[in-house]
Amino acid sequence: MNLDLILGILQIVLIATTPLVFAGIGELVTEKSGVLNLGVEGMMLVGAVSAFIILVITGSYFLAFFVSILSGIIMSGLFAFLVLFLMSNQIATGLALTIFGIGLSSMLGKQYIGTPIDGLSPWFFVIFSFLIVFLVSYFFYKTKAGLILRAVGESHNSAHALGYSVIKIRFLSIIFGGSMCALAGSYISICYAPMWQEGMTAGRGWIALALVVFATWKPERVLIGAYIFGGVTILQMNLQALGLRFPGQFFSMAPYVATIIVLVLISSNKLRIKLSAPASLTIPFYKGR
Amino acid sequence: MNSLFPSIVSRSQSSSLMNFFVPIISIVLTLITGSIIFVLLGFDPVYALYTFFISPISSTYGISELFVKATPLALIAIGLSYCFKNNIYNIGAEGQLTMGAIFGGGIGILFHDTNAFWLLPLMIFAGAIGGALWGLIPAILKTKFNTNEILTSLMLVYVALFVLDYLVVGPWKDPFGYSFPKSRPFSESGRMPLLFDGLRVHFGLIITLFLIFISWFIFSKTIFGFQLKVSGYSPKAARYAGFNQTTLVFFAFAICGAFAGIAGLAEVSGPIGLLYRDISPNYGFTAIIVAFLGRLHPIGIIFASLVIALTYLGAEDAQLFLQIPSAVGFIFQGLVLFYLLGAELLINYKLTYKKLL
Repeated sequence: MNLDLILGILQIVLIATTPLVFAGIGELVTEKSGVLNLGVEGMMLVGAVSAFIILVITGSYFLAFFVSILSGIIMSGLFAFLVLFLMSNQIATGLALTIFGIGLSSMLGKQYIGTPIDGLSPWFFVIFSFLIVFLVSYFFYKTKAGLILRAVGESHNSAHALGYSVIKIRFLSIIFGGSMCALAGSYISICYAPMWQEGMTAGRGWIALALVVFATWKPERVLIGAYIFGGVTILQMNLQALGLRFPGQFFSMAPYVATIIVLVLISSNKLRIKLSAPASLTIPFYKGR
Repeated sequence: MNSLFPSIVSRSQSSSLMNFFVPIISIVLTLITGSIIFVLLGFDPVYALYTFFISPISSTYGISELFVKATPLALIAIGLSYCFKNNIYNIGAEGQLTMGAIFGGGIGILFHDTNAFWLLPLMIFAGAIGGALWGLIPAILKTKFNTNEILTSLMLVYVALFVLDYLVVGPWKDPFGYSFPKSRPFSESGRMPLLFDGLRVHFGLIITLFLIFISWFIFSKTIFGFQLKVSGYSPKAARYAGFNQTTLVFFAFAICGAFAGIAGLAEVSGPIGLLYRDISPNYGFTAIIVAFLGRLHPIGIIFASLVIALTYLGAEDAQLFLQIPSAVGFIFQGLVLFYLLGAELLINYKLTYKKLL
């Protein structure tokens, strides 16, 4: 193999994996605070469509990303309101958010299917995705605020007893997760594709959820996991283009199977799952208890 | 003077009155929000709501279609209630449905030129087995390795969908199908009998009603149903009473998987008649909404399945007459679940206004 081909493939892998990193790291922060948001796919789609519409209307990339992130904040804010203030079931609420997001994005984007736009160069975002992972890692393990966030995810009652506002910290974590998912979506519709199509995130939201578990809730490992998954996807496309007779579906299911295996490995040892998963994940916090 | 915002106080006992009213409140709020969305889109809300919720069921054919859509939803939802009652979060019914369709449909493809009375029962049985086996994977992982069933059951959905995709473009592809990704059609005796001439409502409806009745009996009249309920309310009490949690998890997953598998088989041997990629418009996920909306009660689930089935039909009509993409149905499904989950607060908590002075 010559160097150009390898560099070319590396480039494609970097560009294709970036949205997984954004969505994965966003969901990781949310889960670290003790909240499981299954609405990633829905928030990504709404983020993708709102960025695309704003870009077509105003022609401003800045406004497009700004409004997209705003949409992520609104979508995740809705989720946060339900699970934090109304103490609704997080799993069902997250599913509702995804279902709602699929519907909303298709309806908003209907007249924009096939509209041509000038795509934006992805490289800024590729670099930013690496940066954000290291920032999140620094925040978690080197700052007091990060320690508090992790404490809230581990034991909300203890954090509450120490005087920290569990609801406020979780709210901010959910909002951060939502913005990152919307950013991932807008990257797909403006840099990666660049176009709008119904359901264009194509299950990346679920892979992002899988990534967080695969990474055992460690930021740097989200990056590693995302690049393994992204690399396998691109490899599969290239092998099929070369005419390899191995069914691509088995490559496509690899991230999901890998996630199940990792889940089994980390949870079969009770001590290890305790060390990995935030202990308060999916448990609602009720002050009056 | 009272404070502006109510404060939330835990009820000592959950309110059964609210349990009944919460689904109704959430449907009403969804309709109100829906009309606001239609107004924002520039439609006459009365006409839009009529197109969405009344016109699809204003003919015999429409009513039949309503039952065609409600059949898999109700069947999966009643299966899910075995899990949800016990606080087991099986959200992978879509995968169990797909596996049921693969197992049952596989028998149908194998005997594609056989016409015999035993073919359909065998397919239904195989569908149930396929769904149950797929459901047992998260059950085994949960009981043996302590693995969280939410993520495993969800991941298995995508594995099942890729298996189906592989089969219909690969080994099971119709040799006379002009390379379309679909299987051979099943033989006539491998199809669900139609209940009325010219209407698509099929025998799957009878199976569904029968299984709902059996489930009602199990939930309210048997020790097993009682154990499910108790360990859902209080796992500690269940352990103290000596209920075997492992057995309960296995049964809940197996029954739910089998029901979803039968629903999948009923789809492919009913309206579809062969295997292809998109056998289910997310029935397995939507059934979660049905189960919640029906409060895990057999009668409630029947009504909820009809309401949610209507959002599917309404979305199709809205696409036809209002030129809105049919995905708008998902907006209504999402909204109704949002309102329901939010309003559930009223069942276990009450809102009181604290006196400020």
